[in-house]
Amino acid sequence: MVQTLRKMPLYLVGLLLLVFTGYPFVYMISTSLKDQSTFFEKPFAIFTSIELGNYADVFQMGLTRYFLNSILVSVAAVVAVMLIAALASYPLSRMNFRFNRALFLLFISGMMLPIHATLIPIFKLSQDMGLYDSLLALLGPYIAFSLPISIFILTQFMQEIPKSLEEAAKIDGCSHFGIFWRIILPMLTPALMTVFIYNFIHLWNEFIFALVLVSSPENMTLPLGLQDFYGEFSVNVPGLMAALTLASLPMLVVYLFSQEKVVKGLTGGAVKG
Amino acid sequence: METAEVTRRSETARVMHGTKKRNVRKAVTIGLFTAPALIVYLVYVVYPILSTLSYSFYSWDGTSDKTFIGLDNYIQLFNDAIFWTSLTNNAWVVITSVFVQIPLGMIMALMLFAPIRGIRLFSSVYFLPFLMSTVAIGLLWVYMFDPINGIINQLVNVLGFENVAWLSDENTAMIAILLVVVWQFSPFYMILFKAAMVGIAEELYESAQIDGANSWQKFFHITLPLLMPTIVSSSILAIVGSLKAFDIFYIMTGGGPNHATELMGTYMFKQAFINFNMGYASAIAFIMFLIALVVTVLIQIVDYNRKKKGAF
Repeated sequence: MVQTLRKMPLYLVGLLLLVFTGYPFVYMISTSLKDQSTFFEKPFAIFTSIELGNYADVFQMGLTRYFLNSILVSVAAVVAVMLIAALASYPLSRMNFRFNRALFLLFISGMMLPIHATLIPIFKLSQDMGLYDSLLALLGPYIAFSLPISIFILTQFMQEIPKSLEEAAKIDGCSHFGIFWRIILPMLTPALMTVFIYNFIHLWNEFIFALVLVSSPENMTLPLGLQDFYGEFSVNVPGLMAALTLASLPMLVVYLFSQEKVVKGLTGGAVKG
Repeated sequence: METAEVTRRSETARVMHGTKKRNVRKAVTIGLFTAPALIVYLVYVVYPILSTLSYSFYSWDGTSDKTFIGLDNYIQLFNDAIFWTSLTNNAWVVITSVFVQIPLGMIMALMLFAPIRGIRLFSSVYFLPFLMSTVAIGLLWVYMFDPINGIINQLVNVLGFENVAWLSDENTAMIAILLVVVWQFSPFYMILFKAAMVGIAEELYESAQIDGANSWQKFFHITLPLLMPTIVSSSILAIVGSLKAFDIFYIMTGGGPNHATELMGTYMFKQAFINFNMGYASAIAFIMFLIALVVTVLIQIVDYNRKKKGAF
């Protein structure tokens, strides 16, 4: 009893943080399950009745399309990044050459870069290449801006693979490409997982390139589509909340099933190991 | 004698030739491995930055011919009150990140080690905001801050105060958005601190216990000093991240009311894609790039000196 009393302040802080971080989710989900009139009458209430109509509306308005676009462009970009970054990381981390350090710094410095500094030229470029207002227009910038962190994570990981493995393979007559493909790449799986999760989450949420490079609804990604909904749903708050809930669901489900991996992925470059 | 000399010479030549051949092969290998990354990076990062610099010397609406105007965009920029407002607002984001988010993240991480029931569940919930997409967060909070039906004003009423027009009042808009920024990013710092705290050896606390230290003393003499590297790296991430802030401000207020929440990013975006002042927007964008560059270099210098001194 005395023990519990002494821990009261801890419980209090814990609960305050719980309400602060968790309540907006409760509000979002419970509002999405209300009809319009209940929303206005009882905004605080968690459940009065469950109204799934809002979810049906959202699907009718084309949320599926936004989902598919987001999955398509994020997966394509991330897979390309994993391959391209792994290839570049190999000589950067395991071979001595004159411009090694300079090249590495060139790539890494991209992490500090404000995207705005590239926005107008990339907008022009996508027009000149005839890619403007297509998912393909997003692929280039998505790959390029995912490279710095990916190369950073992969080179760190590659440095820890023992040299002796490589030397043994070299004696057996294996080429650099063979070493990369048969030895380095298979050993790189955990780091590639981190790279995948980190980039996928960032690209899944990417907003400003999509805003600038895509204009028609059928090519919009999920964040852009949500913003579009906002205009059409401005009076139908429960409807919009249903859309927001659906858009947040995939990340939350993935997190529930693989917390460790997601946390490690998200904090990728910041936490070593 | 002569034959030996010739043999030796040709031997040297052969070895040298071999090295040269090996060097060429090595260069080709390195080239093949790095080419894909380098090409994408040059096209979508390096070339655009140089273009932004060159556009910034022109008056240009994005479609008609460009007119060279030298430094006029920069001169106009330095006399533009809105630009200075946006710069100040960016500074507020940095200050909030460093002095609110990081301490809050540390408190959240400390809570994860608190000997209370249900803390595992708590920690999962604490992390959730960081997983939500920024656009969804912005829209959700726009409704929570709604002047009439919003849940936050309902709460304000319960406490006996008048409704506040959070996002449309110049005095409160920035505070409201910064609260959302804190909500979104504190969990990220929580995870960084948690990882660092796991690494602190239990024996340190045990021996402090034996010496009769209380919880506060343990925190200030053991935990805090050992967390210094994490505090430094978190601050770097916070500063760099704050310079790039855009999404949540664009969604929630679009930089308004009356530029009260304008950031360099939102101002640049408006000048470029709403007013079609591409030259002027490029000047803003290039200043953003320069600030990020200066900050990065300063951080590197400080970090280098810190390591040289052997601190932490």
